[in-house]
Amino acid sequence: MAKIVGSIVTSHVPAIGRAIAGNLQKEPYWKPFFDAFPPIHRWLDEVKPDVAVVVYNDHGLNFFLDKMPTFSVGAAPEYHNADEGWGIPTLPPFSGDTELSWHLIKQLVNKEFDLTTCQEMLVDHAFTLPLKLLWPDDGPCPIKVVPVCINTVQFPIPSASRCYKLGEAIGEAINAWDSDARVVVIGTGGLSHQLDGERAGFINKPFDLQFMQSLVDNPRWATQYSVEQLVEHTGSQGIELLMWLAARATIKGDVRALQNTYHLPISNTAAGVMLLEPVA
Amino acid sequence: MAEQQRVSIPGTTLFDDIQAQKGYALNKMCFSFNDKTNRDAFKADEAAYCARFGLTAPQLAAVQSRNVLQLLAAGGNVYYLAKFAGIFDLDVQDIGAQQTGMSKDEFKQKLLNAGQ
Repeated sequence: MAKIVGSIVTSHVPAIGRAIAGNLQKEPYWKPFFDAFPPIHRWLDEVKPDVAVVVYNDHGLNFFLDKMPTFSVGAAPEYHNADEGWGIPTLPPFSGDTELSWHLIKQLVNKEFDLTTCQEMLVDHAFTLPLKLLWPDDGPCPIKVVPVCINTVQFPIPSASRCYKLGEAIGEAINAWDSDARVVVIGTGGLSHQLDGERAGFINKPFDLQFMQSLVDNPRWATQYSVEQLVEHTGSQGIELLMWLAARATIKGDVRALQNTYHLPISNTAAGVMLLEPVA
Repeated sequence: MAEQQRVSIPGTTLFDDIQAQKGYALNKMCFSFNDKTNRDAFKADEAAYCARFGLTAPQLAAVQSRNVLQLLAAGGNVYYLAKFAGIFDLDVQDIGAQQTGMSKDEFKQKLLNAGQ
């Protein structure tokens, strides 16, 4: 059976793409964030995952308000990045793992997650930048991917509790996949930030740190909050912590944090990076 | 399960069913700015481009004013508006500064202060 080797959660701010394109990783503004990644690169070299399930949120590249699925799963042989309107260089296409995609889709629908399936799917910065951070070498991403997208654009947004359950179901589905594949689950977004309104620039460091600690100590902690309460605590776009929660929930039982970085600000955002490994 | 209490958050408009309906035309136009051809068409003839999407009067006025709070009030969603801002090379700190009435440097300092 397939095995989840770990979960990596990271912020996905578009400015990271500009920093990579401009080779600014060593600049004082960027260094504390980019320094989180070399230890993770070494871990990836050791555990050698074959496929990444990437839980992310689309920001109006693939989905518009004409059709807005709550949960969607990619089932494409290849995923393309594209212009999002502000000129971050696009990244090469990503190879899909359609066998795992359809396995996940069947298992999740069977567990009453009524998904949208996508045989064509453009992937935006929230998907591409974390993969580039994890596999920074030139050329295409070296492992196969399955995108899982959660709506955080339009209310109603699925609750933290529901996203946690989705993560649990993804984890169970991976563990039930008849394959030798080693799977890493990536969750992207957050942490606290708000782009819109008079409250723009809102950041909540104590809440972020408590949330990060909870992923190790008490992973259901954030499920006590409604989506509106999470917006209050973390900002309109801080709600992206839902992706971290779903990714964490794919690992049943305890985890240890092999990497734990919190740094602010990057652009308007408090940035976090964690590598969580199952405790055998 | 108990109904969780609805919270009102100062300086924040949740992009809910009301905003999503109100802002549809504006957001649809901003969504089109994913394509460079469309960004160029907007720049070449703004009025004609807006007319293609049937913007409401408040949306048209908000687009003309380049005022983010006005665009949000007209139903704009910040993810789509970011593509509109991109036409003018404005980043999220520029729009943050505009919405909070600060200079960009003041806004950046506010973000830095959040780390203290």
